[in-house]
This record gives sequence, C-alpha cells and structure tokens, in this order.
Amino acid sequence: MGYLGQQLVNGLTLGGIYALIALGYSLVYGVLQILNFAHGDVYMVGAFIGYFVEIALGGPSHTKVPVPVMIFIMFAVSMIGTGLLGIVIERFAYRPLRKSSRIAPLISALGVSILLQNAALLLFSANIRTYDTSSFIPSTAGFSIGSVNIDSVRFAVLILAMLLMFTLSKWVNKTQVGRAMRAIAVDRDAAVMMGIDIDRVIRWTFFVGAALAGAAGVMNGLLLRGVSNGMGFIPGLKGFTAAVIGGIGSIPGAMAGGLLLGVVESLTQGYLSTNFSDFYTFILLIAVMLLRPNGLFGKKAIVKA
Amino acid sequence: MSEDTSKLGIGTDEWVAQHEKRLQRRSGALGIVDLLNQRVSNKVRYSALGVAAIVFGLFVHNLYLLRIASNLGVFLMMTLGINIVMGFAGLLDLGFVAFYGFGAYAYALTSSSQLNQHWPTYLSVPAIVIATAFLGYLVSLPSRRLFGDYLAIVTLFFGQIFIQLVLSSDSITFPGHTDSTDITGGSNGIPGLDPFKLFGRAFKSTSDYYWLLLIVITLLLIAVVRVNRTRVGRAWRTVREDPLASQSMGIKVNNLKTLAFVVGAAIAGLAGAIFAGIQSAVFINGFDIPLLTLIYAAVILGGSGSIPGSIIGAFVMSVLPEILRVQNYSEFLFLAVLVITIGVIGKNWKKLAINIVSLIAIGYFVKALFSLSHMTTTPTKTWAIAPVSKALQYWLVLPANRIVWGNMAFIALVALVAYYSIAHEKIKPWLLPIIAYIAIFVWEDRLVADASTTRQLIIGAMLVVMMIVRPQGFLGKTRVEVL
Repeated sequence: MGYLGQQLVNGLTLGGIYALIALGYSLVYGVLQILNFAHGDVYMVGAFIGYFVEIALGGPSHTKVPVPVMIFIMFAVSMIGTGLLGIVIERFAYRPLRKSSRIAPLISALGVSILLQNAALLLFSANIRTYDTSSFIPSTAGFSIGSVNIDSVRFAVLILAMLLMFTLSKWVNKTQVGRAMRAIAVDRDAAVMMGIDIDRVIRWTFFVGAALAGAAGVMNGLLLRGVSNGMGFIPGLKGFTAAVIGGIGSIPGAMAGGLLLGVVESLTQGYLSTNFSDFYTFILLIAVMLLRPNGLFGKKAIVKA
Repeated sequence: MSEDTSKLGIGTDEWVAQHEKRLQRRSGALGIVDLLNQRVSNKVRYSALGVAAIVFGLFVHNLYLLRIASNLGVFLMMTLGINIVMGFAGLLDLGFVAFYGFGAYAYALTSSSQLNQHWPTYLSVPAIVIATAFLGYLVSLPSRRLFGDYLAIVTLFFGQIFIQLVLSSDSITFPGHTDSTDITGGSNGIPGLDPFKLFGRAFKSTSDYYWLLLIVITLLLIAVVRVNRTRVGRAWRTVREDPLASQSMGIKVNNLKTLAFVVGAAIAGLAGAIFAGIQSAVFINGFDIPLLTLIYAAVILGGSGSIPGSIIGAFVMSVLPEILRVQNYSEFLFLAVLVITIGVIGKNWKKLAINIVSLIAIGYFVKALFSLSHMTTTPTKTWAIAPVSKALQYWLVLPANRIVWGNMAFIALVALVAYYSIAHEKIKPWLLPIIAYIAIFVWEDRLVADASTTRQLIIGAMLVVMMIVRPQGFLGKTRVEVL
C-alpha cells in the first residue's frame, strides 16, 4: 500500500509537469491548428534559464537570498524568458507560414527544434548540469501521510503546477484575451470579423504556452533531474501524448491527460519495467488514438488533414 | 514530374499560365539555376547521371571514394522514399529512419551469429522489405483518421521508441525462462554480418555493393518516375494539394496515404538491409534524429515532390559533409556561400561590391577597436595554412577568449538575422555587411571548431528559411495555393 501510494504521489508530480507541457500544445493547437514541435525545446530553455538564475543568485549552496525568494525568481525569470522566446518563435517561424500548406509549419517547427537544441549545445556545451536542490532544501524536509513520504520539493512542485493550471483556466475563461482565444478556436474567420486582433491573441497564446513549458522545465530541474540540451525531446513527446489523451485543443483535457499519463508512467515504472516505460506511453498513445481519437475531453473531430 | 502537371491541366489558372514568365523574371544566382534547369530535358539528365555512375564504378578503385559513393547510394534511396511520402502524398513521416534501422537490424538478425540465423540473401531481403512494409502499415493505422499533424508526431515518437527498444533488448527474459537473452546487442550493436550473396557470388568488396546499389536505384528511379505518371501518382498529388476536394471526387484518400506511407517504409527497409550489408555491422546510433534531419534537409533543399531535386539534394547533403571534413574547404565554401547570399539579396553587382568593401572596412575597424582597447587577441595562425585563412588572419579579430566572444557574437548574429527579416527596407542595406562580418567572426571563432553542431545549426536554419522563402525547394515549382 505504501509503495502504491508513493508511486501515485510521484506520478502526480510528474503528471503536473506533463500537464503544463501539454497545455502549451493544446493552447497553440486550439488557436492555430499547428503542432509546435519546438515546444519540448522551449521547456529545455526554461530549465537552462532556471539554472543560470540559480547560479547568478549564488549557486546551490551560497544563496544570496532566502531560498523561497530564489525559487520564485527562478520561476519568474524562466517563465518570462521562455514566454518571450515563444513569441519570437511564432513571429519568425510560424507567422510567415500562416497561409501556406499544412506541412510547411511542421517542417519549420522541426527546424526551430533543431536550431534550439544545437544552439544550446553550442552555447552551454554538452555537460549535464543539475540544480542540486538537496543542498539548499534537505531531502528529509517534508511530511508523511501514513507510510507515504512527500518531500517538500515534490510537494511544492505539485502545488505550484496546480496553481498555474488554476490561474490559466481563470485566465482563459475570464479575461478578454482568453475569450478572444476561445473565439478563434471555435471559428477563426468569424472572430476576425468581430474585430478580434488575431496577431495579438496568437502572441499571447504563444507567450502563455511557452511560459508554462518554462515553468515545467524549472520544476524538472528542481526535482533533481539533469539539465542538458537534449532534455526536451522526450518530455515534448510525452506532453503531446498527454494533450492527445485529453483531447487536443481542450484545456481541462490537457491537464487531466498530463496527470493521467504521469500516474500511468510512474506505475509502469514501479511495477513493470523502467527500461520500457516510454514504450508503454507510446502504446497508450496508440490505444487512445485508435479507440477514442478525440481524446477524453475532445468533442469534435479534427477535419483538417 | 513537374512539367506534366500543367499538361494534365490540374489547377490551370492564371498563376500557372504565368509560370514561365515568373521563372524568367528571377534575377541573380537563382535565375541562373532556373535557366539551366529549363534548358535540359529530364531524360538527358538521367542518362548523363547513369553514364557518370557507370564510369565511376568502372574506373575508380579507391576504397574511400567507393565508400562515399555507396553511402550516397543508400542515402539517395532514402531521399527517393521520403520524396514519395512527403513530396507526392504530402505526409510528414518522422519515423522514416526507424524503418531504415528496422531493415538494417532485421538483416543483422537474419544473417549473423547473433541468433544463429544465416538466411540466404534472396530470402532474407524480400522478407525484410515485406516486414518493413507491414510495420509501416501498423504504424500508420492509429493516425489513419487524422493523417496530417498527428502522423508526424506519432512517427517521431515511433522512431524514439524503436531506438529505446533496440537499446534495451540486450537482456530480455522470456516468460518461462530464467536466463536473459541478448537479441539486439544493445549499445554494442551486432558485428560480423554475412555479406550479401546474390547472382551466385558473395559480396566481398564495396564495389560489389556499389553495382548492386546502382541497379537497385535505377530500378527504383524508373518505378518512381512511372508510378508518378499513373493514376495513383496523379491521385497522390491531388490528395496532397487538397484532401477534401479529392475525397469529394471519389478518391480514397486514406488508402492512398497509407499506400504512400507503406511504400516509403518498404524502400527504407531495403535501404537499411543494403546498408547493413555494406557495413557488415549495425549500431543503433546511426538511426537517430541527425540522419532524419539530413534526409529531410536533402529533399526540401532539392524540392519536395521533384525527383531531380531529391537526387541533387542527396548529392549535396551526403557528399558535401565529406568534403567539409577538410577545414580549408569548409572555410572557402562558407565564404563563397556568404558572398553568393549577399549577391542574391543585393540583386546586382554594384551593391555586392559596396557590401564587400564595407565588410572589409568593418573588419579593420573592429580590429582597430580591439587593439586600441588592448584586448588580448591571438594574432598568429591556429589553423592550417591556406590562402583564405592567411588573408583572413590579417583582417579578422581572434580574441583570446574565443568561446565567450564567439557565443556572444552567435547570439547577436541570430538576433540580427531575425531583425533583418522584419527590418525596414531602408535599414536593410546597412545591416547586411554587419551581419556578414559577425557571421564570419562567429564562424572563425566558434563554429569551425564544432563541426557537427554547426552542421545541425545550418540544417535547422535552412529548414525554417526554406519553408518561408522557397517552400518548393530549389528545383521544385511553385504550387497552386489553395486559398
């Protein structure tokens, strides 16, 4: 029981990260109907920004500011940085292609992904860096429910992910930009005719989507995983899988899909095999696409091919 | 293929009617390419190519050159395959390299001591092709209803899964057994494969494989050219241009897409098997993303949907890296490309001259700034002596801390190029020499030392730029846009 509980907690934390990545895919898909291949690499850049902010604030062990402040600054800078990166990517790689064939933005996105990965390789070298969280937050800090230990980093990541998702759904539902975004997702031409500034909404969409990926990158770093130039590839695919499970374009779907995927992955790793866990995720993706191609929350079929 | 598009009358409207005129209007270097492209017929080109390949095979016995030629052959097979999947049917298959890897591993498993299977080649190779085609069919199944974006990312995932499965299949414990079996050799790969045995002889040398590849590619080319003219080929192009319209015309869109995908997978499988035979060993790291991007870059550069385009693209992307291994060549080529780019952008010789003069002036200016501020630079040559390097040495700044300066300049370069694309027409001429200078600076200080990263950076940038500037590639023709 304790083992199962532990796996569930780990799965939910992981799922929170996947959900944040999946949201970026879904938001962009909802507005532009393109898959942003470079999303996983935006996540990588977010993790790097978090790392360099940490170093700038005195590194893992000699922090100049209190630890919560440092973590807050890491998140803030990383989210703003990746958000701006998202806007830049949209402006230069996707906007010129808005009227071209369906395949062109995909190839352009592939190019951006290669560019980001190799620019990171050139600038930061191939060394794997770590945030070394345990040197400023002891891994024993935390609490336990029964026999399930929840260390404080994991707890913070989980809470923060939930908080970001909550803010996002409020933003999409209550603000003007959010309403415009939903309007574009339903019918782009009609939205333009109603006087919605489509470029502005798309900019916001990319900013928010990329910022969430940046936050996910920092979370990944805090959970003691390595930060390197190729780190975004697999989480990018997982985020896409989560978005498809939930129904691409659907915001609650992306959240639920992410959490579900995290739990499934954690359980397969815990009970079946660690080597093949990505394989099981792939099988899950295939199964969802065969059995329920619109996902758990998706309503209408995607007709554009 | 492109000239019969208008003959068939698909989408003949004003845009198509003015096609030739628009091509001739293009000036500068691209204009020359277009002009050459129009003058010679395809038959002449293919025959010339064939004769050149035969002459090469007869008279060249240098093992290194034969190796390069065979690698080019395998690469060419793959670009032709991708050309069917992406160029004809308009599908983005990012798991293509996995099918290639599957073919290679399938050959390795059926012709080595790994599983103690030594199948005769005339049995194993057809079996591999069929098996790869079937695998392709399976992979295409889930995205059948949603061909398009989904297929791209599902196949990308598939490629990654293939790698992971191969890597972790070196110790599989089957149910009912206690000991583990090594199937794929994991990261050690599978060495010591049997050579091909065809036409009553064992393939001992690379030159045997060269001739085999020549035959296979010739047959493949004939098949591709002919299929392209048939009902299926026309239907593929229709589906690519407008799936919805073709569906309403009674074309079975999904079946055709599946067919293209499966044919592509089968070609990749065959290429993989031949590659495994040439190498007589398989290792998983050859079947990863870098190869995939290289193939796509080749097809897109040449012109997706154009067969001559894929051939030229394959030449450029497969042989060029070999030439660029020699640093002096790459240096020279980089400068040549830079000058041509400035020429194409500037459109006339006068502007080109002005740009180059100001480029040289900027170089001396920056050098003066550096020496006035007493920055430490490495004055003497650190590269091999070549005329280009020697001339550059008196002009270019090479700071002592090259990595830091190079990285900063790299960031500045990316920002400036991006800004250039949206800058006002009046500012652009002023930016151009500055960008050119920083490009040379970054190249000499940073990129030259990091060849593989540089190659990937160039490919990535090329994919984005090509999609924006010339999505049809250098030899493709402008498509009729569906609005």
